[in-house]
Amino acid sequence: MTPILSLDRAGVRFGAVTALRDVALQVHRGDFIALIGANGSGKTTLLQALHGLVPHTGTRVVDRRGAAQVMVFQRPFVLRLSVWNNLRLALWLAGVPAAERVTRATQALQHAGLSALRDRPARALSGGQQQRLALARAWAVRPDVLFLDEPTANLDPSAKKEIEAMLAAFAAEGMTLVMSTHNLGQAKRLATRVVYLDHGTIRADLPTARFFHEHLDARAELFLKGDLKWDV
Amino acid sequence: MSAFAESFHTAVALVLQADPVLLRTVALSLAVSATACAIAAGFGLAAGAWLAVIAFPGRRVLIAALNTLLALPSVVVGLVVYLLLSRSGPLGSWGILFTPSAMVIAQTLLVLPVVGALSRQLVADSLRDGGDQLRSMGARPFTAALLMLLHERWAVATILLTAFGRAVSEVGAVMIVGGNIDGVTRVITTTIALETSKGDLPLALALGLVLLAIVGAINGLIGIAQRAQGLPLAGAR
Repeated sequence: MTPILSLDRAGVRFGAVTALRDVALQVHRGDFIALIGANGSGKTTLLQALHGLVPHTGTRVVDRRGAAQVMVFQRPFVLRLSVWNNLRLALWLAGVPAAERVTRATQALQHAGLSALRDRPARALSGGQQQRLALARAWAVRPDVLFLDEPTANLDPSAKKEIEAMLAAFAAEGMTLVMSTHNLGQAKRLATRVVYLDHGTIRADLPTARFFHEHLDARAELFLKGDLKWDV
Repeated sequence: MSAFAESFHTAVALVLQADPVLLRTVALSLAVSATACAIAAGFGLAAGAWLAVIAFPGRRVLIAALNTLLALPSVVVGLVVYLLLSRSGPLGSWGILFTPSAMVIAQTLLVLPVVGALSRQLVADSLRDGGDQLRSMGARPFTAALLMLLHERWAVATILLTAFGRAVSEVGAVMIVGGNIDGVTRVITTTIALETSKGDLPLALALGLVLLAIVGAINGLIGIAQRAQGLPLAGAR
């Protein structure tokens, strides 16, 4: 099956620091990939490289079926506008025709359970609500691939559950998702594939069930047990 | 009663009685400075947004030069505009020296670097926070920069207020290119300078009070609007 997005021999450096080293990853239509790894392992950089937000060596190939891409960041950035206008702006930037914007924005609000907050200033929403708005904004433009950078970090259990439910619904609709997370339970519940990164290198790339049950390399095993030391 | 207290008393009376000379002077000051700021806002905000995102050879030098122009002496601007607009100057055929139009040009040039440099910094800082998100959503660099001006509109309002404050309070440029002609180009600051030299302190003081009141009122309005935007969401978790 032809991937809709792929990186080959990709490397990213920030000054003297190598964030990604010789990475190859293929994303197929309908994948829900969880990127896991310790802090500083390169998860966010890999998301940005896949999305084309950071310059990198190697090659990045985007198929026509994977051209529409959006990223939801760990700390969602919403403009100092109303919830409604944030949605309409995202649709305008995505080139959605004006006639469709109201319908799509209304659907997105309903999807995210934010209809009652439509006229509120987006910056006045709680963290969980802002993350739901960011997801609604992404869903509204119907991306082929949605990148998520630790979308439930810093949220309370209830908000985490809401976000996970939204992501599961996106996946059920056939959207391709690539998500970085520190939450192994979340990766188990949501992902179809798990990619383990260590020091900017992919150490494992397996279907979720196999990843959590097969014998992995020593450092991945240590990570899963929570025994991986920061300085090794 | 001291001379200052007496002058202050008379100044307050002039303001309360809406003295015609005072009103005419204030109106011209506001018109000239507001027009200059509006023109500078149009060009300066666009230039600031552009400089924040577009890479080209010499960009750093241009930014350094722009930042240096923040301290541009108003008399130098006045002198340059005077040379341009004087009969023998390249723009002498316009015939606008010693008119409010010349004063608008001078004040526009004076505050353009203020608007450009401060808005460039504002946009650059904002893009560090949300630039990747806007790019991810499909915004081109200049579009993202303009959206950041919208996002930071209260900070932009503060920049424009700063520019207006610089324009309305300067005396050197408008004195040189306006000529301080009574009823034609006499504004608050040139009147204060003139009346003080003549010893008529009450009118000078009254104009000073009005100037402070205008800037204070605009600042207050911006503060009220900012607070209205930042109200916490009732019912937010």
